[in-house]
Amino acid sequence: MSTTTTRDATRPAPAEVPGAGRRRKGVRGSTLSFWIFTGPFLIGLVIFVYIPIGWSAWLSFFEARYTVTPDKFVGFENYELMLTNGDFTGSLVTFTVFAAIIVPVTWALSLGLALMVHRLRFMQAFFRSVFFLPTACSFVAASLIWKMSLFSGVRFGMMNTVLGWFGVENIAWLADPNPPWYWLVIVSVRLWLQAGFYMILFLAALQNIPPELYEAAAIDGARPGWQTFRHITLPQLRATSTAVILLLLVAAYQAFDEFFNLLSKTTWGRPPLVELYYTALGDDQDYGAGSAGAVILTLLICMVTLLQGRFLGFGRGDDSK
Amino acid sequence: MSALSSRNWDRRSVLRATAGLAALGPLAACGGNTGREGGGSSGKSLVQYFHAYGEAGTQEAIKRYAKAYDEARVTTQWITGTNFESKLFSSLLTDNAPDVFEFHPQLQLIKSGQVAPLDDIIGPVKDDFNPADITSHTVDGKVYGVRMIDDPQFFFYRKSLLEKAGVEVPQTLEELAEAADKLTTDKVKGLFLGNNMVSTNYALVWAAGADQLNDKNEIAYHTDDVAAALKVYRRMFTSGHLLLDAPADYWDPSALVQGLTAIQWCGMWAMPVMQKALGDDLGVFPFPSAASGAKPAVYNGGWSMFVNAKGKNVDLAKEYVKWLWIDQKKYQEDWALSYGFHIPPRTSLAASATKLKSGLPAEGVKLFTEYGRFDNISWTQAMITALEEVIANSVRKGMDPEKALDAADVKVDRELKKLFG
Repeated sequence: MSTTTTRDATRPAPAEVPGAGRRRKGVRGSTLSFWIFTGPFLIGLVIFVYIPIGWSAWLSFFEARYTVTPDKFVGFENYELMLTNGDFTGSLVTFTVFAAIIVPVTWALSLGLALMVHRLRFMQAFFRSVFFLPTACSFVAASLIWKMSLFSGVRFGMMNTVLGWFGVENIAWLADPNPPWYWLVIVSVRLWLQAGFYMILFLAALQNIPPELYEAAAIDGARPGWQTFRHITLPQLRATSTAVILLLLVAAYQAFDEFFNLLSKTTWGRPPLVELYYTALGDDQDYGAGSAGAVILTLLICMVTLLQGRFLGFGRGDDSK
Repeated sequence: MSALSSRNWDRRSVLRATAGLAALGPLAACGGNTGREGGGSSGKSLVQYFHAYGEAGTQEAIKRYAKAYDEARVTTQWITGTNFESKLFSSLLTDNAPDVFEFHPQLQLIKSGQVAPLDDIIGPVKDDFNPADITSHTVDGKVYGVRMIDDPQFFFYRKSLLEKAGVEVPQTLEELAEAADKLTTDKVKGLFLGNNMVSTNYALVWAAGADQLNDKNEIAYHTDDVAAALKVYRRMFTSGHLLLDAPADYWDPSALVQGLTAIQWCGMWAMPVMQKALGDDLGVFPFPSAASGAKPAVYNGGWSMFVNAKGKNVDLAKEYVKWLWIDQKKYQEDWALSYGFHIPPRTSLAASATKLKSGLPAEGVKLFTEYGRFDNISWTQAMITALEEVIANSVRKGMDPEKALDAADVKVDRELKKLFG
């Protein structure tokens, strides 16, 4: 067509700028690199994350029992079921209790370990490794060791053996919810598994605190120990602490393995993911209700994330402060 | 000229190829380990799912039978852990679903069109099967599934420990609680009902004179006698006379064999191991009566072979099931009697099973015949969970049994409405 020819013919020739061709080439090259490196992951993200999320949201409005391609639309019935039968809302309470215990305890323990290892003058690498190594163990394996060996309810379970030395009767750690000894088992296994990882984060942060701050404080008369820790170390660790707390909360939300493996056929001690597993993938095979629960949980997590951003300021840029 | 000439492979080609491979990678990974590798001499292949049996040699036996089948290469997935149902149900929704699988008769599978009727293969030998097994697999006149083994479950006890404590074999649930009390010492607990205590929930309902559902498929477990029996269970649970949190659960004979308990609920499959360890110091009795006039109860568990109706090789799968579980009597006998003890569902096989003719195995068969109760095909997975929650809530958590049963009623009613309208 002549239109294009005419337009091209009348277009002024671009001015020759030295180096412009190389810059264009450079921009195109970096774009290509971007797609080479991110493309596969983007495709994976779409296939394995966004499509399932969309499908799950769609399923939540259908009666999808023993099928993921349902045809019976039920509106908000699945949402009503999840919010009224008490099991799902109970799982949110379980999560809250778990998070309320595990977040501060792991924070304190990992910080304590980091301080201890940081001050060691010899065998620092050894102790760093010793505390970090449990991170490499799987939650399932650790849970089974805790269940069948350490906290077995029989007389030769390790904890019961120790208690037996002091004349204490055998305790059924996981079978009896009154008193809820199962929390001790669950919290201790997770502490063992994750405290070392957060210790490393704190250790890195501790090593970044300038020694001049301690020297200046000493000159000003600050006593070493608690006073220095409270007024120098702790404020300097604020950013790391915030990140650690956020990571711990995320990990608590994702809690599944130890609850699933330690507590069987209970109606208690089910955090949201375990409850959703039992609803959607376990015996019930109700993908509609499970999906509704997943959508509710996602909205809840989004809300909590926004709130934490509002109150803790994590993730805000400097200009927004 | 080489296909890898630099002139053929410019930068864009390389990029396209890289992107293509990267995109295919995850998809290829999805299809990994399907268990469908290769094929038999005929080039056809089948996949079968089995849960992990506790008896040594069972996995090898199943693979040996499969290998002997000439018409197709049969691959076995031996699923360990406690999530057999979860793995089976979720895989049945995918293209990697097994062609044949073992499970229990459940109406939900039939309503969902997941299992094929097997009348054409079982019809000619229907009369040779235990009638109760046929009934428990029949819906609207069609038989779904071929029973492989019947597994009666009852109490095993150490005769010497009962004699030492002056305890008679319990005839009622109250007597069972008293026996647990008298048999408990600082080393041995009186009774083991399983770690989560749900393994006896059917027997408890039956021994209290009730049933899971009645003939009209309505709730039949919610009675005053069942509530009263649950209170006895709660008393036993809080008494300190039950073995709880054992390293192995009720299905494993180790609690009794290792001297952790005097009485244990278990299945007949564990009898050979128990006899080997304890010799003649072993007896069996049914779940005792839990209400006035009610009969004792034995739960006849077991496993059946089903054909995936949505599979790619339904006819071949049916042929395989017929070959192994109907025609090959030597394998059926081997499967039932060479590892643990199971009762063959085929009357002709059960009659010729000499290992079950005398001694303790014969007593087990007698309990099976006198008190055995079979699965109800209308009692589905969600209902199973609901009744298990009654045990969790009323026995272990201390909730009033009536309230726990009311909560189960809501869930079971919802299921019944979905199944029967």
